[in-house]
Amino acid sequence: MTRISVQVDGDHYTDEVEPRTLLVHYLRERIGKTGTVVGCDTSNCGACTVLLDGKSVKSCNMLAVQADGHEVTTVEGLAIDGTLHPMQQAFHDKHALQCGYCTPGMIMASIDLLNDNPHPSEDEIRVGLEGNLCRCTGYQNIVKAVQQAAGSEQS
Amino acid sequence: MTATDERPAEQAHEIGTSRTRKEDQHLITGHSTWVDNMVLPGMVHLAILRSPMAHAKITSIDASGARKYPGVVAAFTGADFADTQGNLPCAWPVTPDMVNPGAPSLAVEQVNFAGDAVAVVAARTKAEAVDALESIEVEYDPLPPVLDLEAALADGSTLVHPNTTSNKCYTWVFDSADAGSGASMDDARRDAEVTVTRRFIQQRLSPSYMEPRSTLVQPVDQGVTIWSSTQIPHILRTMLALTLGIPEHKVRAIAPDVGGGFGGKITITPEEVITTLVARRLGKPAKYTETRSETLEAAHHGRAQIQDITITAKQDGTVTGLDVHLTADLGAYLRLITPGIPLLGAFMYPGIYKFPAYHLSCDGVFTTKVPTDAYRGAGRPEATFAIERIMDELAAELKMDPLALRRKNWIAHEEFPFTTVAGLTYDTGNYEAATDKAVELVGWEDLRAEQARRREAKDPVQLGLGVSTFTEMCGIAPSRVLGSLSFGSGGWENASIRMLPTGKVEVVTGISPHGQGHETGFSQIVADRLGIPFDDIEIIHGDTQSSPKGLDTYGSRSLSVGGIAVVKAVDKVIEKARRVAAHMLEASQDDLEFEAGSFSVKGAPGSSVSLPEIAFAVFVAHDLPDGMEPSLNSEATYDPVNFSFPHGTHLCATEVDTETGRVKILKYACVDDVGTPINPLLIDGQVHGGLAQGIAQALYEEAVYDDAGNLVTGTFVDYTLPAAPDLPNFLTDRTVTPSTDNPLGVKGVGEAGTIASTPAVVNAIVDALRPLGINNIQMPCTPERVWRAIQSSGANDQGSAAASTQEHFDSTEGDAQ
Repeated sequence: MTRISVQVDGDHYTDEVEPRTLLVHYLRERIGKTGTVVGCDTSNCGACTVLLDGKSVKSCNMLAVQADGHEVTTVEGLAIDGTLHPMQQAFHDKHALQCGYCTPGMIMASIDLLNDNPHPSEDEIRVGLEGNLCRCTGYQNIVKAVQQAAGSEQS
Repeated sequence: MTATDERPAEQAHEIGTSRTRKEDQHLITGHSTWVDNMVLPGMVHLAILRSPMAHAKITSIDASGARKYPGVVAAFTGADFADTQGNLPCAWPVTPDMVNPGAPSLAVEQVNFAGDAVAVVAARTKAEAVDALESIEVEYDPLPPVLDLEAALADGSTLVHPNTTSNKCYTWVFDSADAGSGASMDDARRDAEVTVTRRFIQQRLSPSYMEPRSTLVQPVDQGVTIWSSTQIPHILRTMLALTLGIPEHKVRAIAPDVGGGFGGKITITPEEVITTLVARRLGKPAKYTETRSETLEAAHHGRAQIQDITITAKQDGTVTGLDVHLTADLGAYLRLITPGIPLLGAFMYPGIYKFPAYHLSCDGVFTTKVPTDAYRGAGRPEATFAIERIMDELAAELKMDPLALRRKNWIAHEEFPFTTVAGLTYDTGNYEAATDKAVELVGWEDLRAEQARRREAKDPVQLGLGVSTFTEMCGIAPSRVLGSLSFGSGGWENASIRMLPTGKVEVVTGISPHGQGHETGFSQIVADRLGIPFDDIEIIHGDTQSSPKGLDTYGSRSLSVGGIAVVKAVDKVIEKARRVAAHMLEASQDDLEFEAGSFSVKGAPGSSVSLPEIAFAVFVAHDLPDGMEPSLNSEATYDPVNFSFPHGTHLCATEVDTETGRVKILKYACVDDVGTPINPLLIDGQVHGGLAQGIAQALYEEAVYDDAGNLVTGTFVDYTLPAAPDLPNFLTDRTVTPSTDNPLGVKGVGEAGTIASTPAVVNAIVDALRPLGINNIQMPCTPERVWRAIQSSGANDQGSAAASTQEHFDSTEGDAQ
């Protein structure tokens, strides 16, 4: 067992974890952050995407011990005092989710995308999200949501 | 209590507005209720050991080692449950002599596909359960795999199942002359001026819902509560009871948030049964969640057919007959509706065209691959692909424009209702209007001009245009029709309305949404019909305790069947309320009119009573009409009178790089007619997602087995689910031809995009390459396959360069056989 200290969605946690524990399993099974989900076992789908110190990572693709001393933001930490993050609002406004399973990861990846490139073209949005799979939407409304959040919506 | 109607006037018209979804809030904030999120006290986690071999006798199996691993509570093999597990149900014996060799959840004596479950470990954590799998010792005596469909049917083939005499499960036939719905196909063949025959391969696909399947079972006294990521909690309840002998009233099935299904979650799974068996044996809650690799190797696949299609016609393009022979890969076992999937398409091969003669036969074949069952469209994408591809081939043979050929043969809008050669009666449609609009939307003439320019210039990147003018049958289905097809269930749907004392409304539905947005759409319908604000309506579903009666969600039935049940129940509420209103207003019921949620006396403005006021009066029940039961609550079970027949025209322009084989969709435009739109935002979403899956069949996805029967596309690394850059921006529009078969005028939309789009894409690719003599490319049309086809055509005569490049490719291609 290894002791780790992480900050998740603004709260501090100190836990003993097996060194092999993946960050996503730590989040889901130890501290109850089940908003972050697992969609594959080969780091292809991106459903488990979170922000680590503000940059998106696939939390199935790193160990919990690697998050020691770092700050993790999950989809559960985005809304402040009940006010949705602009990206969450945009996903709702543009019907960018159906079943909602990819949505937490897709929202986190989209936030990171705009952090890197505040005014992306449609192609840049599509390429920027290629590590996140969605089976419901055909991506069209996800692209529109990111455009709304970027303030670059086409009428 | 006095309630006043403070709704803005525009809220009186919810139907047709693009409401954003009431389902979204918990999904975008991470407060979802996926089964795998759930933890119960004392719960054990399960891991399943699966066969590494496609076909083998189990000569010995020993799970005792697992019990020594840390955290392990128990380990079981098939032998431990052989007497109790029964066989997984198949609800569709398509012919009286159909062979069902049985389908144990845990293999006992023999494994029949790579991924077949052979043992299960229960441990305190999932990791401990998985760790212990390595200790289970299994010895297999390999049998030859059965992979090729035609070889499987040949005399002397290895049998998948030792208790059968052939790998043929059934032969199902439809003949229009025998059915009295048309002429003889034999005559059509004899008299044909033109005959075109093609073989198309429908490759195996994985439904690939994003949420891996998960099941949690809690033993409760003599029964169980089962939470499962399923599309069919009601059917699960009944079938689990029948399979395991648990009294049905002791089974509660719950589908909480379900992360997509696409047909992939409409079966009773081995894992649901195994989890139930373990939970009951241990007397503890047990949870099983599959990995993605397990989804791909052990959850059912879709499609997987060989289609031999012959079309006959006159020289002027008038079609005279259609002959279809299907060889359907059922896989190793019959799941819930495995044998019937091809039949769901069998009536749709004639499509929108006026064929005088039609014959179809289908052989269902066992192989040593994972079973097939429903995947979005289920039989109808296959049918639409075949007819829309063969119409393009006929057009090419006759040197006709593909659209002109279709116009010559389709059912004109004034000919509805129209009974087809397959015996279906299409209620309404307007193929001309949808096609005209799609042609305009995509810029067809400009694209044709660009295509000509590139051909003239011998541009290495050629342009192809593909057409798909489709209809489909959905809204499953009239019970009487299902009975005539030997389906093991009816097709009705149930709804009930509960009027609460404060005027709020609970709508209980038997459909089971998993992403479609039914809570929003149904709320819009109820809001308009009852005159109650959208936000005052709650839709309750997915738990057999709160929603006791239903047949769940598949086959684009939720709105056109489930939504109509809601309408019928609402109308009963209004009729009950009318009696109370008459009493309260001291008027005759006949003198009342109901509008915007209030009853008023005709011609007497000012005298009105609102539904919330009536609901409260009924709640207190102080002064009701004599003999009236104090309740407005109402229930309806609606059996549709017909299938639903949405239609549309999909047009695709693809670039094909003749040097690399790369295909890029330049433009995709579709005009769908789904009848009266309830919520255009949701319709567009369904169409977008449907298009993505249909296009993915054309270009990207295939479940491939090697010669030993191992799935080689067992992860998302190998199974190519399209990502955002792999798909174009879709141009969508609608025409509205209301259905005359239901009071809302609605038609199904959930599968339309998938059904329509695949042939549009492949027709476009073939159109680009037809000058090279190419008339087919097997799906998925990967760069390799397109490049090979171009090389084989001899068009790019680059001498030894091409030949030397060819050597770098594997000589075998994966296919559906």
